[in-house]
Amino acid sequence: MIYLAVSLIAAAWLAPLVVVVLNSLRTNEEIAQGSMIGWPQHLAWSNYAAAWSGFCVAETCAGIRPYMLNSALVTIPATIFSTLLGAIAGYAVSLWRFRGDNWIYGIVTLGLFLPQQMRLLPWTIVLRDVGLINTLTGLVLIHTIQGLSFTTLFCRSYYVAIPHELIRAARIDGAGFFRIFWRIILPLSGPILIVTVIWQFTHIWNEFLYGVTFITGQQQPVTAALIALSAAVADIPQHGVQSAAVIIAALPTLLIYLLGGKYFVRGLTAGAVK
Amino acid sequence: MSNAATMRPGRPALPEWVRRLPEYLMIWVPLLLSAAHLVSFSLWTIWISFTPSTLVPVTGWVGLRNYSAVAASRNWQIAFDNLLLFGSAFVLLSAVTGLILAILLDQRIRGENVLRSIFLYPLAVSFVVTGTVWSWLLNPGLGIQKLVHDLGWTTFKFDWLIDRDMAIWTIVIAAIWQSSGFAMALFLAGLRSVDSDIIKAAQIDGAGPVRTYRRIILPSLWPITITVVVIQLQFAISTFDLVRALTNGGPGIATQLPALVVYDLMFQRSLLGRGAAAAVLMLLILLAVLLPYAAWRYIQRRRAAHA
Amino acid sequence: MAALSIRGLSKRYANLEVLKDIALDIESGEFTVLVGPSGCGKSTLLNIVAGLDRPSAGTIEIGGRVVNDVAPKDRDIAMVFQSYALYPSMTVRQNITFGMECRHIPKAEQDAAVANVAKLLQIEPLLGRKPSQLSGGQRQRVAMGRALVRNPLLFLFDEPLSNLDAKLRVEMRMEIKRLHQRIGATIVYVTHDQIEAMTMATRIAVMHQGSVQQFADPDTVYRFPANLFVARFMGSPPMNTMPARLEAENDGPVVVIGAGRVDELRLRLRGYDAAAPFVGRKVVFGIRPECIAEGSRTFSSEAPVLVEAPVELVEPTGAETMVLLRLGGEPAMARISPDIRPAPGTSAVFALDTRRICLFDPETERLIA
Repeated sequence: MIYLAVSLIAAAWLAPLVVVVLNSLRTNEEIAQGSMIGWPQHLAWSNYAAAWSGFCVAETCAGIRPYMLNSALVTIPATIFSTLLGAIAGYAVSLWRFRGDNWIYGIVTLGLFLPQQMRLLPWTIVLRDVGLINTLTGLVLIHTIQGLSFTTLFCRSYYVAIPHELIRAARIDGAGFFRIFWRIILPLSGPILIVTVIWQFTHIWNEFLYGVTFITGQQQPVTAALIALSAAVADIPQHGVQSAAVIIAALPTLLIYLLGGKYFVRGLTAGAVK
Repeated sequence: MSNAATMRPGRPALPEWVRRLPEYLMIWVPLLLSAAHLVSFSLWTIWISFTPSTLVPVTGWVGLRNYSAVAASRNWQIAFDNLLLFGSAFVLLSAVTGLILAILLDQRIRGENVLRSIFLYPLAVSFVVTGTVWSWLLNPGLGIQKLVHDLGWTTFKFDWLIDRDMAIWTIVIAAIWQSSGFAMALFLAGLRSVDSDIIKAAQIDGAGPVRTYRRIILPSLWPITITVVVIQLQFAISTFDLVRALTNGGPGIATQLPALVVYDLMFQRSLLGRGAAAAVLMLLILLAVLLPYAAWRYIQRRRAAHA
Repeated sequence: MAALSIRGLSKRYANLEVLKDIALDIESGEFTVLVGPSGCGKSTLLNIVAGLDRPSAGTIEIGGRVVNDVAPKDRDIAMVFQSYALYPSMTVRQNITFGMECRHIPKAEQDAAVANVAKLLQIEPLLGRKPSQLSGGQRQRVAMGRALVRNPLLFLFDEPLSNLDAKLRVEMRMEIKRLHQRIGATIVYVTHDQIEAMTMATRIAVMHQGSVQQFADPDTVYRFPANLFVARFMGSPPMNTMPARLEAENDGPVVVIGAGRVDELRLRLRGYDAAAPFVGRKVVFGIRPECIAEGSRTFSSEAPVLVEAPVELVEPTGAETMVLLRLGGEPAMARISPDIRPAPGTSAVFALDTRRICLFDPETERLIA
């Protein structure tokens, strides 16, 4: 009974993925004749080639590849910067009490709740003033600064469990702020760094609002490109190619999920108990 | 041991704060940037919402005129009604789905890990992808309705996507698919954290599995339930990408939500003042959820500290 | 030379005064134990000495140098922590050399120092292991090795044995004492365990509510506790204390317990001249359990005072029998021979060693005599 119920629900949950994967292997004509839901008559791998580097969004016909590259160029540096800075900040806040630490930490964590809409206009102006509007660097900057709220919180809640005596012992041994971080804290941080990196990567890769607001045309990340793509092909549907594009766009985060599932869930629940 | 304590004499004595400057910079610059952008951006947006800004920010004071204009607009009214409906339906259904999934998975069934992965994978996917995929599945000419028609049941009707009254429910469906797994993960953690001695005691008292769940386990889940509800509400209030990809607010403006209104006012109609006012209204809705939650958490913590 | 001298030291957190006007002078080579219940401020005091916390007022001198503004690493101290605080990601060897690494001491010198300490503590086979691969006792030893290798003026121990099981704790206690005898180091040792204090210390500082109640050698602390707190804290089971009256009789003062009752107990005091001003007043009477024994016991040449008292509870421990009895209606513990088991509910004769009675002022709680 339980197995039947669980299997049925699981099938429902898997269905959208299966449908899209199958569609990505069917030709556009085949889909047009039947429905989106069906078994491929013969495997049309050409959809992937077209999605990757062939079809046209707006005026350019380079496929999804440049947009994937854009997303990677934003996501990877922003993930690294925000994780590193968050680790240091979390370490400072949790293990080195300094004046005003609770205040500033409290304000930083408010960033978890503040809606993006409250920051859209100011970011537009800041990016314009520093000349980073419509650049990937601008997006890296935004995601680094905003990501700090999460990364600091994650790392702090991990580091508070480290005994303070460890820091005291190291101070008596003559180690300073950076040496303690580098030699003692960082080697202990494996799990939390994985959690943080997975969380940041997934969020930044999947982010859409900033990508579509601050970036236009060729520089857009892949989420924005997917929307542009569905608008572009609205007249002549190419669902096979679109499905392939969707799969490609979702692949990096899905792979990360499959490889680091345990850490992915830990990030979710850690983020929830803010 | 005799040689170990060699003190290094005669290093030029830099002032303490100069020696520690790098660490101060590393700590303070990112934290201050983060805190400063949060505070100043919020204040700035709030200020703009009281100015007559349109295409560019301008100074001036129009009082609450932007707010009344937004609140009076049909766009916002529909968005707000939709938010109420979508928010409550989605939060309720995803919590119930998550709880059911968690209870099912809690039965020590085989393949638990695989099943859990299946229910959680939508969380790794972007809302844009989710929205796009569901827009195909729910499209009457392409998706489920078409499939059923092709199978021979030609009177079958499932066209919520293009039905003004029902379109909002397509967003509910996609959102439940996307984030029930999250509720499940939290509930499952809660179920697993119930003290196993208590469950043994209940068994010795003669309670069957159903009674054990109803009387012992589920009552201990309510703090988690509140957390789940608040987080899902927070998500519902700021929903943007999903709608953008699934219905783009349509048909017409039938699936408009506040976040879309903000974007529309700010970047499509270039009414910065009104856009900011709508953003502040969103913040207020959020606060209406978060402040009671924060107060509740505070009381819980106080009570725990006193106990 | 005073290895450590603390003057007028106090520490406040907001409105809470955790240390009040502490003054201690610790000679070189001494094994000083700071003992007290949790929250008495002993660990805060140790942290301030180490430089990990700042005092609100007062000075700290280590080896004749005021160190208030000196960083922990430059105070010429070493510290052993309750949790050992071994760096989890480093091997035992790296744990021991980390301090030297921070001070840029040449590798050859480091190796020689490690070899030396490893031999002393017999941890040579462990040098390549990580802390997680060590037993509790081994971790303890490595933590001490890390301290010893610095060869400091002052060793600070912060409850180093409280994470060990009972048996290991006794072994390590002896080992630390032996180490102190061998290398003659100056040690300040914090513990809440009065047995550790009694067994290891050359001098004990008993702390309570942020101030030092008594600072003396173990025998003095035990025999002449400065006040009721010390009397009740040191010793297990603690000293029996009960309200009493001091009265004058022809040949000297008499302490009366349960005055006016049928089982009123009157004990003649000899050699308690300091108690004279309290004649005719209330006092607190204190007697250690081992000063109440079975009736056949003779404490010394003098004939003991014999009392008949009702027995309420008997606890045989194997090495002795503990008896809860009533003296003049007041409960008291007695420590009698293991093979004697008076029946609860009956009366038995007990011998009291009246030369080791303590009298306290009930108002100030201080020792009178």
